[in-house]
Amino acid sequence: MIRFTGVNKEYDDGHQVLKDLNLEVKEGEITVLIGPSGCGKTTTMKLINRLIEPSSGRIEIGGKDIAAFDPVALRRKVGYVIQHIGLFPHMTIAQNVAVVPRLLRWDKSKTAARVDELLSMVGLEPKVYRNRYPSELSGGQQQRIGVIRALAADPSIILMDEPFSALDPLSREQLQDELIRLQHELKKTIVFVTHDMDEAIKLADTIILMNGGTIVQTGHPDRILRHPANDFVKNFIGKKRLQEEGRRRVFTTVDQVIADQPVTALPTRGLAEAVKMMEKKRVDTLLIVDPSNRLLGTVSIYRVLDHYGDEGKTLADVMTPVRHAVKTNTPLSVALNLMSEHQLSNLPVVRGEGEFVGLITRGSVVSHLADVYANPEGGEEVHAG
Amino acid sequence: MNRSGFAGLLEYVRENWPHLLSLTWDHVVMVLCGLGLALIVGIPLGILCARREKLAPVILAAANVVQVLPSLALLALLMIVLGLGFKTIVVGLFLYSLLPIIRNTYVGLKQVDAGIAEAGKGVGMSQLQLLAKVQLPLAMPFLAAGLRLAAVIAIGVATLAPLIGGDGLGREIYSGLNMRNDVKIYAGAIPAAALAILADALLGRWQGRFGKRKVRL
Ligand SMILES: Nc1ncnc2c1ncn2[C@@H]1O[C@H](COP(=O)(O)OP(=O)(O)OP(=O)(O)O)[C@@H](O)[C@H]1O
Ligand SMILES: [Mg+2]
Repeated sequence: MIRFTGVNKEYDDGHQVLKDLNLEVKEGEITVLIGPSGCGKTTTMKLINRLIEPSSGRIEIGGKDIAAFDPVALRRKVGYVIQHIGLFPHMTIAQNVAVVPRLLRWDKSKTAARVDELLSMVGLEPKVYRNRYPSELSGGQQQRIGVIRALAADPSIILMDEPFSALDPLSREQLQDELIRLQHELKKTIVFVTHDMDEAIKLADTIILMNGGTIVQTGHPDRILRHPANDFVKNFIGKKRLQEEGRRRVFTTVDQVIADQPVTALPTRGLAEAVKMMEKKRVDTLLIVDPSNRLLGTVSIYRVLDHYGDEGKTLADVMTPVRHAVKTNTPLSVALNLMSEHQLSNLPVVRGEGEFVGLITRGSVVSHLADVYANPEGGEEVHAG
Repeated sequence: MNRSGFAGLLEYVRENWPHLLSLTWDHVVMVLCGLGLALIVGIPLGILCARREKLAPVILAAANVVQVLPSLALLALLMIVLGLGFKTIVVGLFLYSLLPIIRNTYVGLKQVDAGIAEAGKGVGMSQLQLLAKVQLPLAMPFLAAGLRLAAVIAIGVATLAPLIGGDGLGREIYSGLNMRNDVKIYAGAIPAAALAILADALLGRWQGRFGKRKVRL
């Protein structure tokens, strides 16, 4: 987790760029910094890897003041994707991606394997692209390299400064989708700067909206759309989007009601492990998914306990197939009908060919309804430090 | 014997080639020593200029003063201080080569995109690593151009070496002048010119490699 407490930044020319900034970036989330040009987004981001030092205030990573860290070592542990690409033109793609592993003195074969793995991960055939130079790649391909270079040494924190802003809308969408997919697997703490609200809404777990060096509003994209803190936020979001949001509210979709942490497990897990997991996460059902997150079945605690005596069994042996599931974007009303008709305590949400997205539970439906109806205006989270 | 004819030259070269070859060798050694020293001193000074903007005009002006001194005058002054011989001419060549190398290192480093330098810093390179892995490699085309210029100048200036007790192809030229022997003059001047052309072509090719590497299609 990253935390700013009372951070000010004043440049030598007396220009106060950041004013008493207090913010928190949660672990494993994408936090999007957004705001008009010159509002201090890049400055805020560079404070995190100490490319810029604050004039006053405290910045912590994992509870430790970063002023005490060695800046060079810190930067090797924090991935950084730079505004306007920033690949090294004189290095091949492989050398670019391997920059941080080499600074960390990984051995050659490990580095080479990692480079190939990362290239494949973003759909670039290593054999073809490894030895090319950045100028021999398209803008979108270069941007992918920028992203995987930041991932190379597997940092837990990644800073991305308008990584996709120079791209055409199509490749931008594509890279956003890829980022979402990667994040689904990697669960990094990502700070993402943009001035594109659509991009923010699509990617963010939390949006931090800035203006003139201060934070105007912080919250889940949905919260900000529903409860803009003031006129600046309303204008920034845009009338059109607010109207859309108004209409969307009537047709709540299943995506908005997904439970916080559905508990998934691989089919190869043993039964004792399953009981431990359920106990720890306080759930009575596990969703069984394969390594590519395809939904295979469900297992209830009762099934597990019935077969508990048989030590050779794994979840694959006791799971039951999924009889009911809904696709993403299904209206909530459809899902609710299905649940009441079949007396279901939960309902998986899937995408495409059965890729597991999340779970609707009775609990998540109730808390969603409470959110919408019991508390229609009180949802702002204006950050006050 | 036709003293100034082409045939005469060939005849002379055939008879004296070991001597000419050794003079050429001396010439090359002087130039390499001067250039080597200039690289060892000039590159760090160029880096210093790029780092400390305030120092840059001072260093460049000093190097420039040396450059505008007529070569004969510079060598004569050096002779007063250092005496006759190889050492003096190498110091002269070193001083002459310094400006192109300092200036081109400086300009080469300056033109490196600030964003790329920041990228290097951002991924966790130390100042030294940034210089070695990013800034100097990207400044190479400029450095190579500076070296090419310095080499051509040094090969020319080195022909003055005999005036201050040095060796090289100049020896043949001056003895030709003294003895009013055209063949001897040619036998010294042509290889000197050839050396300069060769150095220019080789270093030019080397310089071109850096440009190509970026867009190697
Ligand atoms: N080195 C500097 N010296 C003085 N002022 C600076 C410096 N760097 C940035 N600023 C100023 O700080 C303010 C914030 O800059 P910053 O780069 O953080 O903006 P940003 O929100 O990232 O904008 P953009 O969306 O255009 O990238 C700007 O007004 C800018 O002019
Ligand atoms: Mg910026």
